[in-house]
Amino acid sequence: MKLKVNGREYTVDGAALEKRLIDYLRDDLDLTGAKNACDIGACGACTVLLNNEPTKICPRYVKELEGASIVTIEGLASADGTLHPLQQAFVDAGAIQCGFCTPGMVLTAHALHQQIINAIEAAAPFYQHKKE
Amino acid sequence: MDSFYKFSARFAELSKPQRTQSREISIDACGIIRDPLGCSKYFLFYSSVIVISMKNWRNDAYAKVTGKTKFTDDLKFANLLHAVPVYSDYVHAEILSINTAAAAQSDGVVRVITAKDIPGSNRHGQIVRDLRILADDRIRYNGDVVAIIVAETRDQAIRATALVKVDARELPSLLDPEKALEPDAPLIHEDLGTNVINTHKVRRGDVDAGFRDSDLILEQKFETQFVEHAYMETEASVCQQRPDGVMEVYGSMQHPFSTRRFVSRFLGVALSEVEVLGTPLGGGFGGKDDTAAIVCARTALASKLTGRPVKMMYKRIWSMRESYKRHPYRVYYKMGVSKNGIIRAVQTKIIADGGAYCSVTPWVTWRSTVQCCGPYVVDNVHCDTIGVYTNNVFTGAMRGFGSPQMNFVIEQMVEMAAEKLGMSPIEFRRRNMVRQGSVTITGQKLDNHAVAMEQVLDAVMKEIRYDEKIGQSSYGAVDKDEWYGIGLAMSYRGVSLGAEGVDLCAAIINVQADGSVILEVGVHENGQGSESAMMLLLAEELGIDVERIRYRRSSTSTIPDSGTTVASRGTIMGGGALKMAARELKAKIGAVIAPIVGGTPEQLRYEKNAIVGTSSSIAFDAAMAEMFNAKVFPHGFGIYQAPKVSWDDEHGRGDAYFTWVYGCQAIELTVNRTTGKVKLLNAVAAHDVGKAINPGMAEGQFFGGMAMGIGYALHEEVIMKDGRIVNTNFNTYRIPRSMDMPEMKAIIVENNDTTTPTGAKSLGEPTNELMAPAIANALYHATGERRFVLPMRVGKKEARGVE
Ligand code: FES
Repeated sequence: MKLKVNGREYTVDGAALEKRLIDYLRDDLDLTGAKNACDIGACGACTVLLNNEPTKICPRYVKELEGASIVTIEGLASADGTLHPLQQAFVDAGAIQCGFCTPGMVLTAHALHQQIINAIEAAAPFYQHKKE
Repeated sequence: MDSFYKFSARFAELSKPQRTQSREISIDACGIIRDPLGCSKYFLFYSSVIVISMKNWRNDAYAKVTGKTKFTDDLKFANLLHAVPVYSDYVHAEILSINTAAAAQSDGVVRVITAKDIPGSNRHGQIVRDLRILADDRIRYNGDVVAIIVAETRDQAIRATALVKVDARELPSLLDPEKALEPDAPLIHEDLGTNVINTHKVRRGDVDAGFRDSDLILEQKFETQFVEHAYMETEASVCQQRPDGVMEVYGSMQHPFSTRRFVSRFLGVALSEVEVLGTPLGGGFGGKDDTAAIVCARTALASKLTGRPVKMMYKRIWSMRESYKRHPYRVYYKMGVSKNGIIRAVQTKIIADGGAYCSVTPWVTWRSTVQCCGPYVVDNVHCDTIGVYTNNVFTGAMRGFGSPQMNFVIEQMVEMAAEKLGMSPIEFRRRNMVRQGSVTITGQKLDNHAVAMEQVLDAVMKEIRYDEKIGQSSYGAVDKDEWYGIGLAMSYRGVSLGAEGVDLCAAIINVQADGSVILEVGVHENGQGSESAMMLLLAEELGIDVERIRYRRSSTSTIPDSGTTVASRGTIMGGGALKMAARELKAKIGAVIAPIVGGTPEQLRYEKNAIVGTSSSIAFDAAMAEMFNAKVFPHGFGIYQAPKVSWDDEHGRGDAYFTWVYGCQAIELTVNRTTGKVKLLNAVAAHDVGKAINPGMAEGQFFGGMAMGIGYALHEEVIMKDGRIVNTNFNTYRIPRSMDMPEMKAIIVENNDTTTPTGAKSLGEPTNELMAPAIANALYHATGERRFVLPMRVGKKEARGVE
């Protein structure tokens, strides 16, 4: 089975298929940014982008996710280490304390940001039209 | 990476002293997350990035925002085993036997550990050694652990837990502290001979005479709840024995030195044979002390017995079940006032449920006792406080430490008294509040620091326009569907540990030959930004860019025991130690460098990455190379001891704390008359912080403290049923979410405090202790009803505690 994580394709088979996605990411791929804090989908510390949607993955199993594309917090900054503007905004706003669930917050905010941009872009022709 | 560091360079400039008396910061930046429609604000947020960035510098920001920070469960070791705790269903029982045979046979299980396997002592505690790390004679609460299972994988270990059989004789469980005090109540700790953990008192003046002189006497009973700290990271530890025999301990903890004491005593080895390494902490709030140390001790034993590295990572349901909570209080409060609005007398009895173990109950309740009259001058006081053992989950340190409960009481009492007298509650407060030179109820004269009580009250009232808005309150008007209310509360708070503990801290500054600096301070980074604050202080002290400094996360083997990072003492104590270390360092530098640049060592100025003398200057890095050439290590070691405090337990008086902080918070809200839904609109807080070392981080303390206060007021309660916690996860234990939060504004008031070496005082806790009474007062102004039980229920959910 294939799974895309942070732009890279992985072939998953054997015991790994039976794992929860959070354990697969943390244990097998050493992507430990997503945390396990409640196990039941209540807190959001395990949030990643699953097919662009911010998703609490602690109740999700790898085998259900054939072909899915996942972005974790480790995949948000550029390869050269430059922060995504939203990450930079968290830094600049001092929106960091212990940092444990910061990855979940950044990814959730990122998705919201994307939604807003999409909405603005969708609305742009309308406003363009009004101006004329 | 580069762009990140650019900001810090700018910060270094800003961190030079050019501070105003009061700095006001608004929370625009976070407002956007709750207001997705406010697009314009959103982009404004981006464009204001540069302005904001300079006040928020943190050494760990990059790692945290990219998910690179390694918390305990993120650490990996080869050949790692996993350990999990085993609980029993009992609440109070005498253990007859623990059968682990079947569990030991289970798939993947390497070892099952019970109390019989402990090489050292099983009895622990910071004050009273009543706590068993593994249950031996009895189960005293439902969170007692009877065994540890160690297996190749965590799942295998968890599966085996069901196979452990505990045979026990059930004992009657004591779940009500007042019942536990009855003369014929069974004893929870038979060897102690009593269910009383501790008592404290204040005796001042003559309360009987005070009540005789009063024109109005009010009496009220208040009750508060068990509260979970709800740190996002659960308890976790990884331990491995080094080839030289030293046990290395990593873990999620607030207090490495306390952890080391637990571990070494449990393993029966010397303190030097255990090295506890500070590990990034995913939240503590006072809750990562005893339980965190216990988890580390169990993990260390598992590693010792198996000869392999072992990890123990708590599930949320275990953490909520076992970890200690905030004390529930029952407070009987009687206040006598005269017609002209002066508090004549206060008599109070405070009963704190300590649960199964003592933990720090005597210290928590001591603060409640010393602060039992709030920030008011009262000449006649009679206060009795008692901490009690029960079979409930044990209770201990939590942000606020005995003050949130009392403020909920006092700040309603003063308003109730004022109202009965027909006086404005604000005027009533002004007539009774502490002022410069006032004497506290324990006889301490407040003359060594700025008493800023009225200053913070005025700041909050002005900002929220209290006088204007209080008249709009609904008082449950029947012709309105939506009730409006505004309320405030204020407090003063003794800084640091006070007479409750030993206040000592160390720091090490180790400058390298190239002018880079390694800094180590004995306070622990709990996520609040103490490392960053220390680095900024040192940068200012040495006149160098903060990027030159690297913070060495302390280990218990490299720095003297500097106590615990609790009681909002991190910045004061760490900053003090750092100043002392810098003094030693500068003396060494002065001896070598002054002859080169001219003048005496005292005349040297440290600025702009250089050392300036009377005739010339030398770059800081060149100066350090000179130091090494001269064979003088630029190294400073400093110890700071908090100023003396005193306490006379016999008579309940003394100079309880070396300095005090002052805070006031106000909130506006609405209540839907039909649904009872409370909507928090707008909150303002002003706290005298002495000096804000890192204003951005200070602001974070405001907002976090207020958020927790809101949870305490309206949402949070650990629900016990027959001694078992019902709500052990976040779906049933509800902490406030972003949608529950009001707009918030932080007003940082700075009255440089001369009793502390850096001028800074506490902030973490004062911000957490005022929201509940402010909301209680606002709810009263909205609904016309008082609420005496926490959490406060409104409308349909209004089960208990409404007048
Ligand atoms: S860990 Fe809490 S939602 Fe997944």
